[in-house]
Amino acid sequence: MVDAATATLAGWFEPLLGAYASWLAILMVTVAQIVALVLPLLITMALLTYAERRVIGAIQLRIGPNRVGPQGLFQPIADVLKLLLKEIIVPADASRLLFYVAPVISLFAALIAWAVIPFSPGVVLADVNAGLLFVLAATSLGVYGVIIAGWASNSKYALLGCMRSAAQIVSYEIAMGFALVTVLMVSGSLNLSDIVEGQRGTSFLSWYFVPLLPMFLVYFISGVAETNRSPFDVAEGESEIVAGFHVEYSGIAFAVFFVAEYVNMILIAALTATMFLGGWLPPFDFAPFTWLPGIFWLFFKIAFILFVFLWFRATFPRYRYDQIMRLGWKVFIPLTIVWLVIVGLWQLSPLWLWGK
Amino acid sequence: MPELQGILFYLFAALLLAAGAGVVTMRNPVHCALLLVVAFVAAAVLWLLLGAEFLAIVLVLVYVGAVMVLFLFVVMMLDINFDRLREGFWNYLPVGLVVAAGLGVQMYLVANSGLFDLQAHPNPKSYAAGESNTAELGRILYTDYLLAFEAAAVILLVAIVAAIVLTLRRRKENKSIDPAVQVAVDPAQRVRVLQIEAVKPVESAAGEDAGKPGKQSDGEGGS
Repeated sequence: MVDAATATLAGWFEPLLGAYASWLAILMVTVAQIVALVLPLLITMALLTYAERRVIGAIQLRIGPNRVGPQGLFQPIADVLKLLLKEIIVPADASRLLFYVAPVISLFAALIAWAVIPFSPGVVLADVNAGLLFVLAATSLGVYGVIIAGWASNSKYALLGCMRSAAQIVSYEIAMGFALVTVLMVSGSLNLSDIVEGQRGTSFLSWYFVPLLPMFLVYFISGVAETNRSPFDVAEGESEIVAGFHVEYSGIAFAVFFVAEYVNMILIAALTATMFLGGWLPPFDFAPFTWLPGIFWLFFKIAFILFVFLWFRATFPRYRYDQIMRLGWKVFIPLTIVWLVIVGLWQLSPLWLWGK
Repeated sequence: MPELQGILFYLFAALLLAAGAGVVTMRNPVHCALLLVVAFVAAAVLWLLLGAEFLAIVLVLVYVGAVMVLFLFVVMMLDINFDRLREGFWNYLPVGLVVAAGLGVQMYLVANSGLFDLQAHPNPKSYAAGESNTAELGRILYTDYLLAFEAAAVILLVAIVAAIVLTLRRRKENKSIDPAVQVAVDPAQRVRVLQIEAVKPVESAAGEDAGKPGKQSDGEGGS
């Protein structure tokens, strides 16, 4: 369909631009694809902020926002309008260019990994071979937004927050990478569509979270830590360092950080669903479950994982910094390495039931 | 489309050179480190254009995602008067120029030796679209070059262990408690739950009438 659209567009512009028509066509189709991906994503993100406040409100026996629009549904729009109208204050002696670039880098890193996420068979922006590696590389770029913001703000609290956050992200990336290596071993492919197809079976027991249950938990918890979400949110611990790396940001510059954090949450949820929970596959491969298109199953899984994110935030107190580091380095990394060996031996034995 | 690739190549090659020049000329070391990040990303794009997707992604993953982050960490924490570092620029300039000239001559000789000619290195064999660069590299690393690969891995492991051993020391005045010990604490050993009676049993001091309420409170305390 994409190729056909490109060819049609190239045909239209042929008389105007000659040989360059195909460039313009490719550009237009790619931009259209990106918009078709990012726009729903941003709407989801806006609704997620609303859902967060309502869900946590319900857990804590409060009401949450319910004034703007029906049941407070337009609250995110009101928030965005408010932030848009606010002034962006640049601190004295701040590094101006980097101060403005930092939120953009955050958002860029949060959005770029979505290029390889498959939504249903064939529905993916870039079906690259090394999709898993691309995801790892793209998510590792997010730390730059944090570091640059903390340093460019010329503020002690921001610098402390960015140091904490960067150390945390770098530490948990290792455990995450090892967890993904086991997925790679089981699926035998780096392509995310192939990983999902490799989990196809009669029921949800063929999904990778069954043989890789510890890795599933490690990956998800590391994902929570990577996104600096509670209970791992020491980077913005309000009681100690005000708001961490984005303490000096106001108005829409702050909003961009906020968007990046929530898009990252949705990304971790989508990756967990893709890698461990069978992506677009239905939980049972027979009639009533297969009627629903695969993309809805993916959305259900993402929504459930996002709910767990919010549930965590409402339930657990914040980790202390040394405890976070211990969990990452002394618990998760050894656990992933041990499970890596176990999966390798298990795959060689006749007890392995998950293909390849 | 070869034309588009050519344009992208020159664009990112120019970016790489500009960023590289910035790394050595910028005043602020944090800006230098960030420009080095830009240079790495531009180099990754060049590799991607050559079809080396695994190398490109790993460059971003390892160097940009991990090494440069730690590098930036250190540079940000440094508190050095950089104007003092720059003192004596003109004194050292002649020596620097001689070293630079030596390096330049060496690079010229190597590049012109014929080993890097276009004839010596014809275009790499182009692979089909489905061919996985990563799988091929893995196959070669774990078969043909297994010994060298393992040796490199062992050397890296030794380096890691050495670095940890060299920096691991416990300060005596440090009173922090190991989180593992804290987490493993058993509440039964720390907290004693006492059952405090809500109502004290009244001593039956006067008369026979006080006997009844006294017995009642005893019963409550026992339950």
